[in-house]
Amino acid sequence: MPITIRHLSFTYSAGTPYEKKALENINLQINEGDFLGIIGHTGSGKSTFIQHINGLIKPQAGEIEIFDLKLTPEKRPKVNLKALRSSVGMVFQYPEYQLFADTVAKDVAFGPKNLGLPSEEVEKRVKQAIEMVGLDYEAVKDRAPFELSGGQKRRVAIAGIIAMQPKMLILDEPTAGLDPFGKEQILNLIKYLKTHCSPTIVVISHDIDEITRFANRIVVFNDSHIVYDEPMQQLFKHSRQLQKMGLDIPRAVKVVNSLRARGVDLGEDIVTAEDLIKAVVARYNEVHSTSLDENAGVFDMYDFSQKWLTTEERQMLEEESSSEEAPIDKSIKSSEVSEDSKK
Amino acid sequence: MRDISFGQYYPVKSYVHNIDARIKILITLLYMVSVFFITSYTAFAGVFLFLTIVIAVSHVPYRTVLRSIKGLLFLLIFTAIINIFFTSSGNPLLQIKIGKLMINITDQGINFAVKMALRFSLLVLGSSILTFTTTPTELTDALEVLLKPLTYIKIPVHDLAIIMSIALRFIPGLMEETDKIMMAQKARGANLDSGNFFKKIKAMLPVLIPLFVSAFRRADELADALDARCYNASNKRTKMKVFKLKSTDLIAFFVFVAIVVLIFLDKYLVGAFVPSPDLGSFEVQGLDIFIYNLLLKIKVLIV
Repeated sequence: MPITIRHLSFTYSAGTPYEKKALENINLQINEGDFLGIIGHTGSGKSTFIQHINGLIKPQAGEIEIFDLKLTPEKRPKVNLKALRSSVGMVFQYPEYQLFADTVAKDVAFGPKNLGLPSEEVEKRVKQAIEMVGLDYEAVKDRAPFELSGGQKRRVAIAGIIAMQPKMLILDEPTAGLDPFGKEQILNLIKYLKTHCSPTIVVISHDIDEITRFANRIVVFNDSHIVYDEPMQQLFKHSRQLQKMGLDIPRAVKVVNSLRARGVDLGEDIVTAEDLIKAVVARYNEVHSTSLDENAGVFDMYDFSQKWLTTEERQMLEEESSSEEAPIDKSIKSSEVSEDSKK
Repeated sequence: MRDISFGQYYPVKSYVHNIDARIKILITLLYMVSVFFITSYTAFAGVFLFLTIVIAVSHVPYRTVLRSIKGLLFLLIFTAIINIFFTSSGNPLLQIKIGKLMINITDQGINFAVKMALRFSLLVLGSSILTFTTTPTELTDALEVLLKPLTYIKIPVHDLAIIMSIALRFIPGLMEETDKIMMAQKARGANLDSGNFFKKIKAMLPVLIPLFVSAFRRADELADALDARCYNASNKRTKMKVFKLKSTDLIAFFVFVAIVVLIFLDKYLVGAFVPSPDLGSFEVQGLDIFIYNLLLKIKVLIV
């Protein structure tokens, strides 16, 4: 069942000099299975918007339909917030700052316990969630969350949310403040969660290169309004307007745009680095009538660590940012790097 | 979280906002003392009128100012009731028997309770005008200047001032942090606002622990930042904003002094010259005597 938001408006501290409009007449439908990216600069209303979906803010005007629940400005009927929060999981910015329990297992159990589940079920879910985020359950369950590394803490915090097994997951800046390797691991985790835990995912991010790696649809917030709501491939037709709003566009799009300005047109649908490489190789083949493999040697930071580093080097990287290999690696298809490019 | 209005700066431009913070603090101190010298209802009405005018001039909405008294309403009513029940002097109006205990409700008791409540609300309203119209930074800076003489008896005023301004500076940040953490825990199904008092405290732990952790982290970072700029609390530091008295500050001060003089005249002078009407042990004070006599005359005229 889709999530429908109609005519949603919200103003902070209405009627005081601190008054600030955050949302104005927002209409949006989020379909099941969507991998939705939300972009917009600070203060554009995107955080307020996602807090509405989780029932953390009561709508001032308009209504929200989530699964079979309905949120309205009226006081009655009372919304079953517990049901809402068990079906919509919300990972805030810097989620590791919300850790409080003395052991990892207890912290992850906080959510499912609040749902009133029986203790065996809670335990089962905790184990499942910790393993899902790529940590070794036996090794971390009795450790204090504050002893873990930054990346690990964040994954424990995310485990605390997915232990509630939400049908939909919202993440606010999930990679903020992590090093490139930690970032990569979180991004892969999100991809993994999409297929194994929550089929609908909404991600807020400032890093457009990051969002384009997984989103299939992007919503752009500007000045309390939704200005664009388009499939990922189509959004960057509006590159000029996005840049005018102070938003970044993917590096690949920048390259394609500036090549076009110099008279080289690689086509419209290029958004990610992979798209760009493929297009360039295809053009090369065309011009030089060669038949190079378009799909060879495409890699990201994570693939890089898997293929180019020795085991010790990789281990050092993981110790520093976050230990343990995610089970995710198996689910990621990385194209083979040819012997030639290795040299 | 957002409805704590006592002591919150209200950002508008006005004559009252403009008055030198040192003068405002002095006026407020003087005001707090003189509120205890107000005796007659006429004087209470006069001071209330004065506050109303000051609030109007300060462009802070009445509603916002009145909200500062709302939180203390319980305390106000509680003290008033205690005063009514436990003042035994004066002419008894009503006697209540609770078991063996006899409670006399007297006119003097009611008089005392009402005046106490009025005094209390005047105190809260008056001092909240100071905090509504002065930023916390101005306040601490002004306090530092005013307390400067204490350095001669080896009290580290500057250090105290910087501690205070850092504490004040942390409050909005911590409030925001609390808000965020509360939201995060609510999203995990935490039930923060139901159950009895002890349950509530226990339920607040998931909020308080992360809050403390982040407060310590912030404090550490701030200490490093101060160190990195070679901060030391020596007396030779100069101020970015130097206080300078303006003529308007002096006008404000003298207007207020005039009002204080009137309060004292009302308490000590009127009673000395005009005889108080004889109402048993009940005492009519100050300008109220004139009002009382006037009412009597009107009554005689009508009858």
